[in-house]
Amino acid sequence: MKPKIRKDGTVAVEKTGDLPDMPVSMGSMKSNKTASWRSIRPVIVEARCKRCMICWKVCPEPAIRPGDPPVVDLDYCKGCGICIAECPFDAIDSEKEGK
Amino acid sequence: MKKVLTGNFAAAYAAVAARVQVISAYPITPQTTIVEILSELVARGELAADFIKVESEHSALAACIGAQAAGARTFTATSAQGLALMHELIHWTGRARLPIVLANVNRAMAPGWSIWADATDAVSERDTGWMQIYCEDNQEVFDSILMAYRIGEREGVLLPTLVNLDAFFLSHTSQVVDLYDAERIDAFLPPYRPAVKLDVADPRSFGALTSPDYYYEFSFKIQKAHEAAAQAITETGKEFGTLFGRSYGLTEAYRCEDAEVVLVTYGTIAGTAKVAADRLRNRGVRAGVLKIRYFRPFPAEDVVRILGRVKAAGVVDRAVSYGQAGPFYTETRSVLPGAGPALTGFIAGLGGRDVSVADLESMFLQLREGKPSPLVWIGVKP
Repeated sequence: MKPKIRKDGTVAVEKTGDLPDMPVSMGSMKSNKTASWRSIRPVIVEARCKRCMICWKVCPEPAIRPGDPPVVDLDYCKGCGICIAECPFDAIDSEKEGK
Repeated sequence: MKKVLTGNFAAAYAAVAARVQVISAYPITPQTTIVEILSELVARGELAADFIKVESEHSALAACIGAQAAGARTFTATSAQGLALMHELIHWTGRARLPIVLANVNRAMAPGWSIWADATDAVSERDTGWMQIYCEDNQEVFDSILMAYRIGEREGVLLPTLVNLDAFFLSHTSQVVDLYDAERIDAFLPPYRPAVKLDVADPRSFGALTSPDYYYEFSFKIQKAHEAAAQAITETGKEFGTLFGRSYGLTEAYRCEDAEVVLVTYGTIAGTAKVAADRLRNRGVRAGVLKIRYFRPFPAEDVVRILGRVKAAGVVDRAVSYGQAGPFYTETRSVLPGAGPALTGFIAGLGGRDVSVADLESMFLQLREGKPSPLVWIGVKP
């Protein structure tokens, strides 16, 4: 299996014979971005963030990497808003996608 | 080595001979003794396999799916309601192209609560991508399971197989079964080495979201796999004959060469039908039997070739598709050209009702009367 990777990182297969027999991804999740349907994005406001890492802990994806401050991985964040709701310091803003 | 074994023990010993690595199953009559003996062999350290205990048939097949996806040869067994409970994962196994082998002891679906033979349980799994074999005797159970792994694991096939044996008529009846010897079986069935498997060094998503861009092609590939399987079944069945002395095909034609009437059937009824054909031939009726071994892939070529030569044929089903007719009858009908033989569909033996030699003789004789009917119920109370 030699997948053709489109510019946006998704896999393009033109011929049936190039598909695997079973529905299995051509590569790891590194090449399978899963955030295209996000409608809002969390934005961590550095000034209010206390680095408690609760957002990292509650993210179900997990799409938040611990750091100073933590970083949202927008290739995988689905915009569920759990981090925004759980942040005790209101340090994560919600921003609409596609504005 | 030859042993006197029930069909269930023949199935269990076939799993042992195939060197299965993972077994997961849940007990249900009349299948229970298959996994009972396997769990005993694992517990005694005589079978190098993991036996995963679970709380239901759904979980049993789920465990097998995970193990097979990780590259293990797996085995499970069930019957009737247990197979129905597996249904969601039966589809999953077929579409995931995992060559799991499942010994299904054909048992009638409840209610009324029944533990007796009826193929409706397996026929209900027709459209799941699995191959389906129906066995006539215990030797065929043993041989079919070995061949099911070999065929299912072949490149271009990669399909699971339901190996069916009739409740009690095979599952709990003892016959002489040749178990061959381990070295020859190992040479016939090398270890399972899938090209793609669950592997932390090469992480992939299995069975993930598949858009309309690709789902259609995956379905097309399953059909192609069944077409490749038909070829593989024929080749492997011949090779098995060379190695072990018993050849198999998609079907078995018994005394059909010069037959004027042929009964198409499957499972243990095929054995009884052969006796009926022999008896009628002694009375001058040229009777033959076409045993369907594989329901999927359906042996269309064999059916057309053999039935094309006869005046009248009948299909005996120990199963029924309510609102239509016998499932093997409708399948047989569907592949015959319009000018094919007059075809009658017989329903017999549901829920373990005995189908006697006399019953089958009467069906053969009915074919000669030249009044074909799609649905004849044999022996129903007036």
